[in-house]
Amino acid sequence: MATFDVIVLGGGPAGYVGAIRAAQLGFSTAVVEKDKLGGVCVNIGCIPTKALLHSAYAVNLISHDAKALGIEVGGVKTDYGVAMKRSRQVSEQNSKGVEFLMKKHKITVLKGQGVLQPNKKVKVGNEVHEAKRAVIIATGSRVKGIPQIGLEINKTTVISSDEALFLEKAPATMAIIGAGAVGSEFADIFSAFGTKVTLIEALPRILPIEDAEASDVLAKSYKKRGIVVLAGAKVVKATVTAADVTLEVEAGGKTEKVVVEKVLMAAGRAVNTEEMGFKESGVELTERGFVKVNPGTLETTAPGVYCIGDVAGPPMLAHKGSREGVFVAELLAGHKPHAIKYDNVPSVTYCHPEVASIGLTEDQCKEQKLDYQVGKFPFSANGRARASMETEGFVKILRDKKYGEILGAHIVASHASEMIHELVVARENEYTVEEVDLAIHAHPTLSEAIAEACLDSMGRVIHI
Amino acid sequence: MATKIVMEALSPTMEEGRLVEWKKNEGDPVAVGDVLAEVETDKAVMELVARAAGTLLKQLVPAGSTVPVSSPVGWIGAAGESVNGGAAPPQADGQTDRRSDGQTVRAPAPAATAPTAPAAPTPPAAPTPPAAPAPAAAPPAPAPAPPSPPSPPSSPSAPSSPSVRVKASPLARKIAADTGVSLQGVTGSGPEGRIIKRDLEAAGRSGGQAVAAAAAGPTVRPSGGAAFEDRPLTQIRKTIAKRLVQSIGPIPTFYLTSEIDMERVAEAREALNASAGDRGKVSFNDIILKACATALIQHPACNAWWQGDHIRIWHEVHLGMAVAVEDGLITPVIRNTERKSLREISAETRDLAGRARERKLKPEEYTGSTFSVSNLGMFDIEHFTAIINPPEGGILAVGSITPVPAVVNGTVEIRRRMRLTMSCDHRVIDGATGAQFLKTLKLLLENPLALVW
Repeated sequence: MATFDVIVLGGGPAGYVGAIRAAQLGFSTAVVEKDKLGGVCVNIGCIPTKALLHSAYAVNLISHDAKALGIEVGGVKTDYGVAMKRSRQVSEQNSKGVEFLMKKHKITVLKGQGVLQPNKKVKVGNEVHEAKRAVIIATGSRVKGIPQIGLEINKTTVISSDEALFLEKAPATMAIIGAGAVGSEFADIFSAFGTKVTLIEALPRILPIEDAEASDVLAKSYKKRGIVVLAGAKVVKATVTAADVTLEVEAGGKTEKVVVEKVLMAAGRAVNTEEMGFKESGVELTERGFVKVNPGTLETTAPGVYCIGDVAGPPMLAHKGSREGVFVAELLAGHKPHAIKYDNVPSVTYCHPEVASIGLTEDQCKEQKLDYQVGKFPFSANGRARASMETEGFVKILRDKKYGEILGAHIVASHASEMIHELVVARENEYTVEEVDLAIHAHPTLSEAIAEACLDSMGRVIHI
Repeated sequence: MATKIVMEALSPTMEEGRLVEWKKNEGDPVAVGDVLAEVETDKAVMELVARAAGTLLKQLVPAGSTVPVSSPVGWIGAAGESVNGGAAPPQADGQTDRRSDGQTVRAPAPAATAPTAPAAPTPPAAPTPPAAPAPAAAPPAPAPAPPSPPSPPSSPSAPSSPSVRVKASPLARKIAADTGVSLQGVTGSGPEGRIIKRDLEAAGRSGGQAVAAAAAGPTVRPSGGAAFEDRPLTQIRKTIAKRLVQSIGPIPTFYLTSEIDMERVAEAREALNASAGDRGKVSFNDIILKACATALIQHPACNAWWQGDHIRIWHEVHLGMAVAVEDGLITPVIRNTERKSLREISAETRDLAGRARERKLKPEEYTGSTFSVSNLGMFDIEHFTAIINPPEGGILAVGSITPVPAVVNGTVEIRRRMRLTMSCDHRVIDGATGAQFLKTLKLLLENPLALVW
């Protein structure tokens, strides 16, 4: 039995970042992790998929653009297994990096399944550890199938991202169910490695939480690459055999039969709240199954027990969890941490082109009856984009008509993920479209399109 | 080798000093014992003298800056000697000074004139990063470097406007400009008190009311412009604040009592109410509030908030009025009392007090007062002291109006008299300041016609 100031349950991006901040603030800190440090993000989520997406990018570049770029390449062969192994190395490096950070900050890593006990105690294996200040729950989430329609994950023909990340070779055919960030990214990856991909989304368009125009551009780009996109589609029946899966998909009033080697379930995640002593320790859940927290402090219904990351509620994003970890650590140290603005958490999908956004979509502006103005600038009119042969996409700004407040911003571009932060900073500090334009943007850059879209929203765009 | 000039402890209790004025410009020759600068300590203005001879190479802090004892303020050395590796001064940016206690004060523009360095061109000074004012952290004298002319003060164009910088987001500024809400009256909830949109939404209603009232009522604001001004604390005021708090508790309170002849107020009230009809009657308390607001406008030092690192002098009077409610009390606020007629004050106090007892006041109706009045006269309390409602600097306790024998023109008469006791936060209000206010209030009440003058 050991005593710490702070014990963090879970070593993912919420937990380990919170632990580092707590250690920086002088707390003796422990992290409980049953698997590898870094959690889903580092090991079977964000990081390895980015490695595979980079392979996919290179495949597309070499297969489609090389000749125009002045490079003659003959007999391009792809090997998913090799790309997969590199992605594993990247994950491994990152997990080791987290391990190093734990050592650097003198954070004790308790290996094993942590079970919460009353009065800020945590049981790991046979040992009970006590937290003097707080226990922070950061147990994360996991993939889940849709057993209701006969699609239970069997890890062979019906798989989740957990298995897709370890495939030795790309299947000939694959149906991906769910076209959110995860589904859309895997469609991009497997399509590049030669898989005939069918992307199925129940809502009327792919990337349903993004702006409709962003979804449209991506859908067009996917179709051009041979990905079959079925949006507003419902899987009515699934027949799973050892060799393949037959799906009956209802879309646009007709039923289609899709026979594939593998089905990748990319719809929905379940939070990890079971068998960890939550209920017994007074930690209550919400109706939707998340841990119930006080939104101002992230404290659960058990005094001294806090909750951060996926398990504390949406949006289930690593960067949101990390910020919550920092927030709770600073709160515990008696600081007045900057309030988390849940309406200013960027959303990014790393497909090609990338889709990134912040704030409201145009449809949401309409629903909320806001008096807004759209500003838009296509990359086809941007010099840098033309030079790189990456002219797909646009920047779209939704601004309040009266004061120019940036209500939402949407970027579809080769590097949208890196560009969105200009607008995140702007919104966090309440800069309006004017301040964004007034900051001089280097030429030639993709970011010029942001300034141009701001100008367009004020009716004075320069380059179109 | 250049010699560092440090802020010296010019009195035994001195912890920091305000550099009032540089007496030598950069480039001036300096002899040992020459007066380099005037420094205001916690007790007096004293001289900082040179401990080395040579040329004043660099002024590290602009005039008006407050510098901890032992921190560097400048360099003396051979003409042309480089001090570019010199210690970063605690506040060389000429804008704000983040001191160790977390308070931020504004340093005015450097008083130093342009450098008089001979012939050589003067390169623009590199901005010097502000550093924690740790006295021991100053690096040793710089290593010899290629000679370069002394640099001009680091921010020659620092704005000289005495107004306090308001931190607000661009969006908040646009909304404020559009709606006419003064940002100076708004409390910011963003990082380090930055005013953001949400704060204006909260302040919007009351701000709008103030604007509307200004348009409608007679304007008696004495100074025009801002609703208040923030005055930086002088060294002596800091010392007063620190010492008095040690002595008596968080708010060092003292009390001033004055007995007031209320005969003429009573007569005026009878006359007004005789002709009031159904307009509602005027109470003694209404007249006292009116007189209090009028007196506060003449004595703004008593209409002020203690803000920790500065004093906020209000040019508008928002009078808090203590109202007893079931198991407690609340002080609804009569906004801009100074602009309101007796009748308006009377109607508003009735409405506010009524709704206070029903617990139906909105938060903006019981916050933001600049001074308060508590009246226990109706309970036949002759005299009492009231407790200050921070951050206000004072509160007036109103006793009962009682017929007592009094000397009038050399003879004893029975007069209706009332005792007023003012509680003062000594950090904000000094004895004489409070007494002058009370004297004005006494004159106004003993000659109530002056209220309409």
